[in-house]
Amino acid sequence: MDDTDRRIMHATQAGLPLVSEPYQVLAEQLGIGKDEVMQRLAAMQKNGIIRRIAAVPNHYRLGYRFNGMTVWDVADEPIDALGFKVGQLPFVSHCYRRPRHLPEWPYNLFAMVHAKTQAEADAQIRRIAEVLAENNRGCDVLYSTKILKKTGFRSG
Amino acid sequence: MMLTDLHKHLLNDFQRDFPLSPTPYQDIAERLGVTEAEVIGALSELQGRKFISRIGAVIPPNQIGASMLAAMAVPETELTTVAQFINRFPEINHNYEREHRLNLWFVAVAQNTEQLQTVIAEIERHTGLAVLQLPLLDDFFIDLGFKLDWRHV
Repeated sequence: MDDTDRRIMHATQAGLPLVSEPYQVLAEQLGIGKDEVMQRLAAMQKNGIIRRIAAVPNHYRLGYRFNGMTVWDVADEPIDALGFKVGQLPFVSHCYRRPRHLPEWPYNLFAMVHAKTQAEADAQIRRIAEVLAENNRGCDVLYSTKILKKTGFRSG
Repeated sequence: MMLTDLHKHLLNDFQRDFPLSPTPYQDIAERLGVTEAEVIGALSELQGRKFISRIGAVIPPNQIGASMLAAMAVPETELTTVAQFINRFPEINHNYEREHRLNLWFVAVAQNTEQLQTVIAEIERHTGLAVLQLPLLDDFFIDLGFKLDWRHV
């Protein structure tokens, strides 16, 4: 990733313009050709700097009001295999391993779930527990009660 | 606003592989059997009403700079003040109140680890509260977007 790539990423963070030739508009802002903009975006996608190029839906606005951060204490040895299984569940949007901080924080697997009702969220959590089975040594679910700030780069 | 079939396709079908061509909206229009002007008009409505947060690149965590999920247990009476102090840092890009003893959860993104640790140290010093650091160790998520459910929209 070089300086031009970084400038392209910053230029697209505000969102692709809604005009016939949006990459041309970016190219003019950056003083390079539109073919170069598209080639560099494709290359960044290929080598994983960009995960996807998307029209990103606002899930909350679409009625997903139960957005829970589920956290699990999973045995260290099987966590890779189990983490990938949980990450593939259709209602999970992020799935990460993070460090425990004993004694106050015993959880090492984080999975964000998104549902429209409490009952649906509960069913999703039960489904994750089924996947983890006997390797689930404890869990908690933290719902957000207030968004205090949300800005900057989109990741995840 | 009532979502039309066109709105729903635009929301659901382009969470990945948004066209990387000189005229992406024309490409989408051809795929959906409508005109480019209709696609641009509908996307503009969806953005205006915040159904789409943006059109652009989604990047994996830690791809640009260093990031950290952090949590704090803040006394209820101090929550607003502490949240406001934290939000003043440009490095903080998400900050949520959550129902837990650890009730404040934020994500800090900086150019590098040193800058990240400076911000966290400053938050601890100013608030007198501990910041629990939960860096990402492994990413198990294969991100393909999200099949949308149109009930209760």
